[in-house]
Amino acid sequence: MNLFVILLSALLVNNFVLVRFLGICPFLGVSKQVESALGMGLATTFVMVVASAVTWLIQWFILEPFGLPFLQNMAFILVIASMVQLVEMFLHKTSPGLYQAMGIFLPLITTNCAILGLAIMAVQGAYSFIESVVFGLGGGLGFTLALILLAGIREELKFADIPKPLQGAGIAFIIAGLLSLAFSGFAGLVS
Amino acid sequence: MALGKDFIRGLWEENPTFRIMIGLCPTLAVTTSAINGLSMGLATSFVLVCSSALISLVKRLIPDKVRIPSYIIIIATFVTIVDLYMHAYLPGLHQVLGLFIPLIVVNCIVLGRAEAFASKKPVLASALDGLGMGLGFTWALTLLGLIREIFGAGSAFGFQFLKEGTTTLGIMSLPPGAFITLGILLAVMNMIAARQKAS
Repeated sequence: MNLFVILLSALLVNNFVLVRFLGICPFLGVSKQVESALGMGLATTFVMVVASAVTWLIQWFILEPFGLPFLQNMAFILVIASMVQLVEMFLHKTSPGLYQAMGIFLPLITTNCAILGLAIMAVQGAYSFIESVVFGLGGGLGFTLALILLAGIREELKFADIPKPLQGAGIAFIIAGLLSLAFSGFAGLVS
Repeated sequence: MALGKDFIRGLWEENPTFRIMIGLCPTLAVTTSAINGLSMGLATSFVLVCSSALISLVKRLIPDKVRIPSYIIIIATFVTIVDLYMHAYLPGLHQVLGLFIPLIVVNCIVLGRAEAFASKKPVLASALDGLGMGLGFTWALTLLGLIREIFGAGSAFGFQFLKEGTTTLGIMSLPPGAFITLGILLAVMNMIAARQKAS
């Protein structure tokens, strides 16, 4: 039950993008088409789940016992960067088609602050190992959901007559604001 | 003169928030008030100036293949300094900015300037470039925070100018207000830039 609450909370109530403002850059950059949004979302979810597991192990088996929590930022960002590299190499070998489709998005996952944010929040919340992984899964799926929603709306916008200064990022932010308003309806679902 | 140009660039022409649109997560998240925006901007500026200067200083020692991880380590060092300093001396502010202090590490502005500028230019120019970009980021955050604070809480820089109990636009302090305000501000900045170009 508790795990379900964590999943739901990360997915809807405290959606990483729309409520916590994490991962805004890819949210704007990769939300022009639903297909690329889905690919980016799933790749990010995968990295998030692996990252939450590995950073949990590092925090509780290396940093805490040796009294090194002040190295947290440095250790986590290095782990995330090397993991993204690993995922990239793995995809390159096993499914070149998918690798091609992802293109530049893959290395960019490193600088997605949602991943580092997730790792730090999981430590601050003192989650257990399983809880951390579920938290990562919920966060990743929430990111994917927000990305696809925005991409779907932006695809429709191609035919809309938008004032020139608002075109591009301006209108995207206002749509994101309305989406965020809709998501605030989930507040109170999980206390 | 050339040094002045390195400094000025970040303030408007290549303003990270309004013109290039990077580093947007903290821009949206911490700007519930003008003071918060200002503090976040200054913390980021400190990291930008120090990391740009240091990276420029050691650029010849770093092998090309591992330059990005090396830059990230240098940036993470300064971020940890800011984090620990604020935790010790400004605990209230540290509480408010919270997660977004360690997240300066992955702020694309810092790594972006390291890669695009500091890895090629001399130390003084890099530090000035970092300062310009940092201050450009700071004024953008302060403006956004000020607008949201005025409409959301009826105060400016903590100074309450509306009577206690007046109905304010509470939505401006909440996440949707951040998105919508930034969207409108971007449109305004685009209009100003277009007008500048025309004249």
